[in-house]
Formats: sequence, structure tokens, C-alpha cells
Amino acid sequence: MWKTWTGLAGAVQRVRASLHPIPYRLASTFLCAPHSARCFSTGRAACKDFIQELEQQLKAFRHKALTAMPGSDWSPQNTTAGLPPERADIVIVGGGVVGWSIAYWLKRKERVRDGVRVLVVEKDPTYSQASTVLSVGGIRQQFSLPENIHLSLASADFMRNINEHLGVLNEDPVDLQFTHSGYLFLASEKGAAVMEENYRTQRDAGAKVLLLSPTQLKEKFPWINTEGVKLASYGLENEGWFDPWSLLNAFRRKALSMGVYQCVGEVTGFRYSSHSMSTTDGDMVAFKRIKYVNVRMPNSLEVQPVECAIVVNAAGAQSGKVAQLAGIGSGPEDSLASVPVPVEPRKRYVYVLNCPDGPGLDTPFLIDYSGVYCRREGLGGNYIAGLSPEENEEPDSGDLEVNYGFFQENLWPLLARRLPAFECCKVTSAWAGYYDYNTFDQNGILGLHPLVNNMYIATGFSGHGLQQSPAVGRALAELILDGGFRTLDLSALGFERIFYKEPVLERNIV
Amino acid sequence: MVPTMRMWPVGLGWTCLSIARRSWSSVSSPPSPLPLRSRMLLFLVQHFHDIEAIVSWSSWLGNWTRQRKNVYYSYAQKQFGSNVAAAFYILNLKGGFRLAGQSDWVRPNAKGKFSLDFINFSDLSIEEVDASGTVINYMGLNNLVSQQKLRCLSLRGCPEVDDWFLSRLHIFKDSLEELDLSGCSRVSVGGLSALHHLRKLRKLDLSSLPRVQNPGLVRILLEEVLPHCHIMGVEYQEGLQSSGAETDIKATSGL
Repeated sequence: MWKTWTGLAGAVQRVRASLHPIPYRLASTFLCAPHSARCFSTGRAACKDFIQELEQQLKAFRHKALTAMPGSDWSPQNTTAGLPPERADIVIVGGGVVGWSIAYWLKRKERVRDGVRVLVVEKDPTYSQASTVLSVGGIRQQFSLPENIHLSLASADFMRNINEHLGVLNEDPVDLQFTHSGYLFLASEKGAAVMEENYRTQRDAGAKVLLLSPTQLKEKFPWINTEGVKLASYGLENEGWFDPWSLLNAFRRKALSMGVYQCVGEVTGFRYSSHSMSTTDGDMVAFKRIKYVNVRMPNSLEVQPVECAIVVNAAGAQSGKVAQLAGIGSGPEDSLASVPVPVEPRKRYVYVLNCPDGPGLDTPFLIDYSGVYCRREGLGGNYIAGLSPEENEEPDSGDLEVNYGFFQENLWPLLARRLPAFECCKVTSAWAGYYDYNTFDQNGILGLHPLVNNMYIATGFSGHGLQQSPAVGRALAELILDGGFRTLDLSALGFERIFYKEPVLERNIV
Repeated sequence: MVPTMRMWPVGLGWTCLSIARRSWSSVSSPPSPLPLRSRMLLFLVQHFHDIEAIVSWSSWLGNWTRQRKNVYYSYAQKQFGSNVAAAFYILNLKGGFRLAGQSDWVRPNAKGKFSLDFINFSDLSIEEVDASGTVINYMGLNNLVSQQKLRCLSLRGCPEVDDWFLSRLHIFKDSLEELDLSGCSRVSVGGLSALHHLRKLRKLDLSSLPRVQNPGLVRILLEEVLPHCHIMGVEYQEGLQSSGAETDIKATSGL
């Protein structure tokens, strides 16, 4: 408040200065101006200045009074804006769709109001390189692993009732722009047996999938060239594509309305305490417990340590690096501590094509056995296509520049062979995004790390993280708050399999 | 320093104060100011936790009653068979149906009461269903899955019929011939693209679907996919930009 009074005193000085222009400089050190050489005619200009300055000073006074009232975020210490809180119960590293989904489900499952303080740390609020928003946005249940099928089914259920889950009072309802067109997988001679097995697994898990022979395929979709196709698998329900940005924003808006803290900053390190114990063979194992998360402010060297109880690593393509900050992966050879989180960013290109004679409204998300995929986008004859490159031809993931040569040489021949209408198509635009690629077995890693006692990992989905994000959020919230999985048993996706070198392979990776 | 008071931005105009149940207006509707009662309620909700809780409970209660109407009639299924269970379900929703082989419709009267004569016809399946204005939804279709001879389905003005419901209609792909979707405020192109499964469809009514932006274009694309189907209620020019610009060009080129 004392600032207000000095402000007022300054106002009084200025008012007097406008009335007594000449002696002001002499009187600047005193609060009262001496009576010498008074000007009797104030003039219109001085009068107007006086009124305007008074109005401005009153406005400033009102503003300062408001900040002094409770409910404002003014503090006598001049702190940087946007610092995270000094203490949080759960810190989620990564503000993508998986991170915000976990935050939402944690808040939804807390039994007491403000029971857990959740902080989501995201380094790029524009999401310029985030996998979530650069994703093609498909959801399917045609996996070979039952856990993946259940995760997708649960997520589709969530999205069907999304307004009941993520609706906020007095805000627009959530519109995911879900297109229910289904996925169509094509299999050659080699893959037909695997496809039939997968079909059985999918049916048992509750997915609505249909197997088609080449003649049935040709009858249903006459614009496909069925040469080389032995069997096709078509999803009838709960499959299609949607807008990932809407889902991310819906999760974010609902989580913020439930009281999740958000911070824009980069996690640069962890401060942890270490506790060594020896095994029966005499090897020393170091168990770590993270005490502080160091969050660096954007464009600054300032680092704020956030004291926390639990850390969730949902950093997507950068999760490997974040795990290394906690010392995961650096340890004596052949020990659990030397196994890193095997997630690295892999660049994938997506091309937007315009084909005026292309397939119509019933176009499914077509995935050929050669790996090329294509789906309709909008109603104007635009399509989105892509291809996962071979292991030895992976593009450099330093930046997100698009290589149009890849389309010309690798993608277009395969696409035009399968869909003859695409022989005359035009590339209108393209973009590139990162897969949070699990180099071990291309499936998500969910669960507690065995050596860092309070770090949960939810990453490595290799291209199907977006479609599984609602169910993954729920699973992780159950793990953290209930101590174990309750609705879906995802223990097969834990970190232990990476140490034991038992891959849980997914055969239907796109 | 984190702000202590949570500020909620005031949204655009909507008809009733409930969590995300506002009407699906088209994209270009201008925001209208809320009536005084709604504004007062909004102020109270933003400042008091207990009023916020009461409003969220009332919205939850609305959801619960809608779900109860669409629950699976397992007792009727076990006792009388799937046809009677489906018929009972439709009558409870205040809809009407006509059995295969019979000519009169079975409907509840104005007070919602209906006779249980249809139990005697447990071997006849339902041919036509009129569920206009009812709260039939995706879960309610569990009761109708067994009706594989369903020929006509009228969903005129159903507020709960959305894209997910349409994506499930493939269960009638061998029998459904007439479908009336007019006035369903939640249906959009994403759901209409799932109608290509209905190969036997002959009549489709798509009038007044507020969420479909280009009805004329959608009609053309659907006619390509369902060549034998006659689509009613939509003109080809609907959704196009004003054709006044074309006449201007013609006038200037004539000069």
C-alpha cells in the first residue's frame, strides 16, 4: 500500500507542478512547494493535464487496491511469472495427450477435493514438435496383442462418452470430429495366417472386425487393386480417425478446471537420494528416490526445483533423455541399472494428396501389406498417405524437414499400385512428426521403474499412443492411486520385460 | 506464485445451464447474451462450491435417467425372448413398432400406457420402428441387435442419436431399407460416412441436420456410395456459397 501513497504524493507533486511550472525544480525535494512566482492564469492545457493525470492516477490507485485484495497473485517478492509451485505431489513430465490424460484421471480418482497436487510440465506450449498434434489421428482395434486391443476399445468407449467425461460447465461441448470409417488391413500370402490368428484374438477381445476375401473386397471397394491380396481385415465399429488437437485440448481444459497446475518449462535434472543394498550374490544395487525435479524456465537460466513425491515420465519422443537424467541407463554392465528406457524419436513423413478421381465417402483407413497407408481427409478429394521406412533407411531425426523424394521413390509406386486412381495425384502439402519409438518391441512401457522407486513411465507407444491415451491415463492413475491395475491388467507392458529381454511384440505395426 | 481463485471464461450463448449438454448450433451462430436467470446461476456456480456441486449432480442425474431408459432388458430377454424384449424396450421409450405380418402399429397412448398383447406374438420379429423424438441411443441398440428383419427405422428429431449410433447401424445391413434421420442435431458427416454398410437402403431422409456443413455435397457423395438409395430432404445447392457471385460474373462478361 505504501507504493500507493508515494504514487499519490507523486500525483500531488505533479498537480502542483502543472500549477506552478517554474519553481517546481527548486521544490522537487520538498513535499510542499514554496510560495514564490505563482502563476495566476492556469490556462486550458494545464487544466486538462491535471484532470487526465488525476484520472490516470485514480485508475492506477484502483488497480493497486485490487492487487492488494485477496485473490490476486501479487506478492512483495518480485518473482518470475510462470514459475511452478515449490511443492507438488505428482509431477508429470510432458504435456502431450498422454500426460494430460494422466493428469485428468488422477484428479478424477482422488477421493478428497485437492487430494493430490498434480503439476504438468511442458517445454513447448506451441506443441510445434509434439507427436500428439502431428499425428494422423487414427484409432483401431486391429492389433495382435490383447492388451493393445483392450486399451483401444476402452479409449473408443471413452471418446463415445467424451462429453460426460470431459465436459466443462458453460464451455463448448467437445467435438472430436470422429469419422467412423474403419481400418482396412490387406494381407498377402505370407501374412494371411497371422491375420486370421489376429482376427480370432480381436474377436475374443470384443473388437468388431470382419474378414474379407479378395472377391468380397473387390465388390465392396471396387477402386482397390486386389492383386497380391490374399485376405483383408475390416473394422466395423469403433475405428476411424479424429482430431488429436481437440482431444488434447479437451483433456487439458478439463484437467485445468479440476485444479491441475501447468508449467511451461523444461526438466533439466532430478535430485534424488540413493540407497544401496546388496543382493544375495553380493552385487550392490542402488535404489533411487527422486526428491526434486529441476524445471528450467523458457529462455532463461533460472531453474526452479519442485519438491515432489512421484514423477511420471510421459515425455513422448524425449522420454529416453528424461529417463537418463534420473540415471536410468548408467550403471555397471549387465545390471538392471544399465538398461536404459529404449525410447527414441523416429521421424515419419505424412503427405497430403489431392486426387480428384479418388475413392469416395466410404474410404476406410487403408493399410497395405507393404506398409503404405492412406486415408481420406475431408470431402474435397484430399487424402493423407504415409509409409514407415525400413529399419536401415530411417531418416535423421534432428529436425522435422520433409523429404519429398521419399514420396516419389518409395511411397507413390506402392500407393499407385494398390489404388490405381492415385496414379494422377498431386502432393499439396506434407509434414513430419516423431514416433516415440520403442526400439525394443514397439509397444508401450507402462509402470514403475524397478530401480527409481517413484518414477512411473508411460511412453514408447510407437505410433499408437494417441489412440490409447484415455485408457493409458486411467491405468496409470490406478497404478499411482490404487497401487495396482484395476480395470485392465497391463502388467505385460511393464519395464521388467526390457531387462529380462522378453519382447512383447506387436505384429500389426504401421 | 499460483493464482488462488480459478477464473472460468464465460462461454458463448446457450440455452440451458448444464454441463456440456448445450444445443449443437451451427458454426456461424452469433453469441447471444444469457438471460438474467442463467447469468445469476453462472455467477453463483463460479463463486460457490456447493452450488457447483448441485448443478453437476443435476446434470449427472439427467445422464443417469437417459441411460436407464436405454438399459438392456435382460429379464424380458430371458423370460419372453428377444423379440418381446425389443418391443418392450421401444414401447418404454414411447416409440412405436409394427410386427412383421401384422398391419397395425403398436404404440403407447397419450399417457404413456400400452397393452401387453405383443407378448403373445413372441415369434414375430419387428419390421418397422418409429422412435421419433425418443431418447434412443447407442447402448439402446443392444436391445435391437436381434431384429434382423428391421426394414424401416425412423429417428426423426432424436436428441441422442449421434455418429456412434450411426456407426452401429451396420447390424441391420441386410435388411434396412428406409432410414429417417431428419432433425437429429448430433449427426455429422463422420457418422454419415458409416452408412455405406446399409446396402439395401432405398430411402434416406437427411433434412435439417444442423451439424452437416455441406448437405448438398454430402448428398452427392452418399449417392455415389449408395447408388440405389433415394436421399430426401436435401437439395444439391444447399451449403454452397451464395450463387449471386456467378450472376455478377455473367453480367460483367457480357459487357
